[in-house]
Amino acid sequence: MKHILKDLNKAFENRVRLGIMSALLVNDSINFKELKRLLDVTDGNLASHIKALEKKEYITFEKSFIDRKPNTTYSITKLGRLAFKKHVAAIENLLKT
Amino acid sequence: MEKQKYIQDIEAIKDMMDRSSKFISLSGLSGVLAGTFALVAAYLAYGTIYSGGLYSMEYRDAILSRSTLSQLLAIGITTIILSIGCGIFLTTRKARKMNQSMFDKQAKLMLINLAIPLVTGGVLCLILLLKRGVTLVAPMTLIFYGLALVNASKYAVDAMRTLGLIQIALGLLATWFIGYGLIFWAIGFGVMHIIYGIFMHLNDRQ
Repeated sequence: MKHILKDLNKAFENRVRLGIMSALLVNDSINFKELKRLLDVTDGNLASHIKALEKKEYITFEKSFIDRKPNTTYSITKLGRLAFKKHVAAIENLLKT
Repeated sequence: MEKQKYIQDIEAIKDMMDRSSKFISLSGLSGVLAGTFALVAAYLAYGTIYSGGLYSMEYRDAILSRSTLSQLLAIGITTIILSIGCGIFLTTRKARKMNQSMFDKQAKLMLINLAIPLVTGGVLCLILLLKRGVTLVAPMTLIFYGLALVNASKYAVDAMRTLGLIQIALGLLATWFIGYGLIFWAIGFGVMHIIYGIFMHLNDRQ
């Protein structure tokens, strides 16, 4: 039991972060606006969670311009993919017990 | 308990993966309408082919004259425009109801993947029409439409994949039983769309 809990990742405890990781896992990249629509959260809320995940190097961003408007797209890193999969596996193991 | 939270977590993950990667399905009603248009079109096409009096009794010997050909093309194009028009209108309405954007990234990805086989098939059919391979047009439209659906189904509902596979099978059968193309065409574009539409409509209700 204890070693399963150890595999649970604190960075993914929050529902918004869980949502960001889930969406990025199955998409090459998603921009800020799209993430906001998918998660139905405020700009500030989303930005703070994104920052936390960026700090952990679980996601990366790429800035570009579309019609002179800044467009930031996010994608999952190798590390993020690994960490998230481990987290989900840990939850599944937990539910099995 | 803790466990309940994690069950909800897993559900949230699955839901997000689904919502973020899949385009909302076309409205079921538009499937039924497209199917009905296709059946009417098949009926009109049948009338056009047989009223010409140009053909022997043998269905497979049918050789199309220029005027019947242009009539058939007109029927085909009208059907396509009506079906796509209704599809866009009804799907936009559904998207608005479900608070989803009609032209989000998934929709774009789906349309691109749908278009690649579809345009290939369309060009091929035009070539066949010009090179007097008219009998192959009906089976080819079915096969390429099926391939387009299968190709795009990654970004849409699973039922689309099944519909695609059925269309491919019908197309291959139509190639074997050449001359009965119109019948297979009516089944594929007409009957199958109606069934698919009803299925999707009932699914949405749940």
